Amino acid sequence: MGNGTAIIVTENLTKRYGPVTAVEGLNLEIYEGEIFGLLGPNGAGKTTTILMLLGLTEPTAGRALVAGLDATRQPLAVKRIVGYLPDNVGFYDDMTARENLFYTARLNRIPPEESARRIDAALEQVGLTQHGDRKVREFSRGMRQRLGIADVLVKDPRIIILDEPTLGIDPEGVRELLDLIARLSREKGKTILISSHLLHQIQQICNRVGIFVGGRLLAVGPLETLGRQVMSGKPLEIELQVEPQNGEVLSLLASLEGVEDVCRDGPYVRLRCAKGRDVRPQLAGLLAQRGITLLHLRARGYDLDDIYLEYFQGEGKP
Amino acid sequence: MRDWRQALRDFARWWREAFRSSGGLKVIFFKELGDHLTSTRMTIIFSLVAVACLSSLYVAGQNIRQAVNDETSAFVFLRLFTTSGGSLPAFIAFMSFLGPLLGLAMGFDAINGEYHKRTLSRLLAQPIYRDDVINGKFLAGIAVLSLMVSVLGLLVAGLGLAFFGVPPRGEELLRMIAYLVVTVIYIAFWLSLSLFFSLVFRQTATSALAGMAVWLFFAIFAPMLAGIIADGLFPVAQDSPADLVLRNAAWKQGLSRLSPTTLYDEATITLLNPGVRTLGPVLIHQLIGAIPGFLPLGQSLLLIWPHLVGLIAATMLVFAAAYYFFMRQEIRTN
Repeated sequence: MGNGTAIIVTENLTKRYGPVTAVEGLNLEIYEGEIFGLLGPNGAGKTTTILMLLGLTEPTAGRALVAGLDATRQPLAVKRIVGYLPDNVGFYDDMTARENLFYTARLNRIPPEESARRIDAALEQVGLTQHGDRKVREFSRGMRQRLGIADVLVKDPRIIILDEPTLGIDPEGVRELLDLIARLSREKGKTILISSHLLHQIQQICNRVGIFVGGRLLAVGPLETLGRQVMSGKPLEIELQVEPQNGEVLSLLASLEGVEDVCRDGPYVRLRCAKGRDVRPQLAGLLAQRGITLLHLRARGYDLDDIYLEYFQGEGKP
Repeated sequence: MRDWRQALRDFARWWREAFRSSGGLKVIFFKELGDHLTSTRMTIIFSLVAVACLSSLYVAGQNIRQAVNDETSAFVFLRLFTTSGGSLPAFIAFMSFLGPLLGLAMGFDAINGEYHKRTLSRLLAQPIYRDDVINGKFLAGIAVLSLMVSVLGLLVAGLGLAFFGVPPRGEELLRMIAYLVVTVIYIAFWLSLSLFFSLVFRQTATSALAGMAVWLFFAIFAPMLAGIIADGLFPVAQDSPADLVLRNAAWKQGLSRLSPTTLYDEATITLLNPGVRTLGPVLIHQLIGAIPGFLPLGQSLLLIWPHLVGLIAATMLVFAAAYYFFMRQEIRTN
């Protein structure tokens, strides 16, 4: 999807608030047309990074380039091409949804006829057409979030930055939102940067993700390679479910060359391989040979789940 | 040669980009204007001030005949604003006391309200300059309060004209307009102060209370405090020398003039009562041989010129502080 030219580049971007370092030496490249997921736990510096990309916060060191423009020196030019959905977006409660969007359109100097057309289209896309003339006060959390997306769409930006867009929405709403985001990228070629701590939700649509913990970018890449990148140098763990499951099978598995340890974990059996070994190719053959049915097999460590556990719950100490 | 031209062209482009209006000021101005004019809060405060002012007009109507007969019949029209009677104070006293409330009500949640609604980061992510937001809010506030003050002033003038049949003369009209302008400047001071508080305090209730505290301090306690300090520095007894009494009075006045409310009161009474010839203490021997009469408008303005400069300076100083704070503030919503 990405066509290879970097549209957002940060060079050694650093932000300190007094003694606290929010972002430390961030070097990131986001390519035009891709969906990039910035993943990290709360307080990792994701929002600070985004604010620096928009020129709303001045970096302590380094710089952020958006479409070749320095965000600190030319914030207006940057903000003209970037649409931003803040974390927990707010609207003017005593104005209708349409009036709120119209205000945004006027701030972007979109002529009135054009903005009326765009507002209708945007409301349609997020499924709020019937609610356009209701006051935002009456909106639920999920509707506000969708209105926030409409607010970004009215601006029709080249780059869309979404800060925690799925927070507080029900699962069905999340699915629709992610569909919409994927469609925007696919059909209109928008570059989309999503920040989130809910990796399960956004991993389905991101082309690449960056894992951001404690102000540092730990790993960047497509999901498939990320696991290997993060887990390299760690022994592989295999989780499997077999039928029948008895001591005989366990000892059989333990006897396999390259297996260091076997243990039972509820309905599963866990194998820990020796460093640098992967016994999966032999495993299937061995079990089939003995007439044991394999019900489930998963290599732990290559999955984002494990990366998540490794980094997010370990407070960023790998 | 070519390089030089290229550099000039680059510079021109940079200049255009850097100093071009983003257009945000106008949009924000009109949005805030609409908000103010349709808000319930503004309706309530304006009704309060209007009722107070109209009741003072009623009192003026009751007492104006007597007031005019007592002295000369000159400047009857201006008496509409300055005549008090019975239990109710005059129009200018109401304006001096309740005017600040108008300014405070308009600005106390200007910026922290946007934080609470979580709209500020969305607003600032649009292609506008950051100062467009605070300038737009301030200018819209001034526009609304100019509108209100003119409406009230003209209402009183018009009703006076209709009920009591006192037509304004040219100078009276000019004095009234000058009075309204000074009132707008005075309320603008309170507007900028409440804007400043809305930046310093994250809670709207705190900033409203801080504004009210300053208002009550200047309206009620500052004159008392000035008296106490002056008396402490130069204690005056019954038989004190005139020199000491004068010095005490000068200090008292000087200190109380630190309060914009005092500045405003002195300025407005001078404007609306041409009989006021001086604002400081006057010795009896200075009055000997003086011909009682009225000051022309030019002289009245000259008398209160320092007051006007002081009021404008205070307004600008507070707004500058608010501006500085706003430009430096971090835009974190949480």
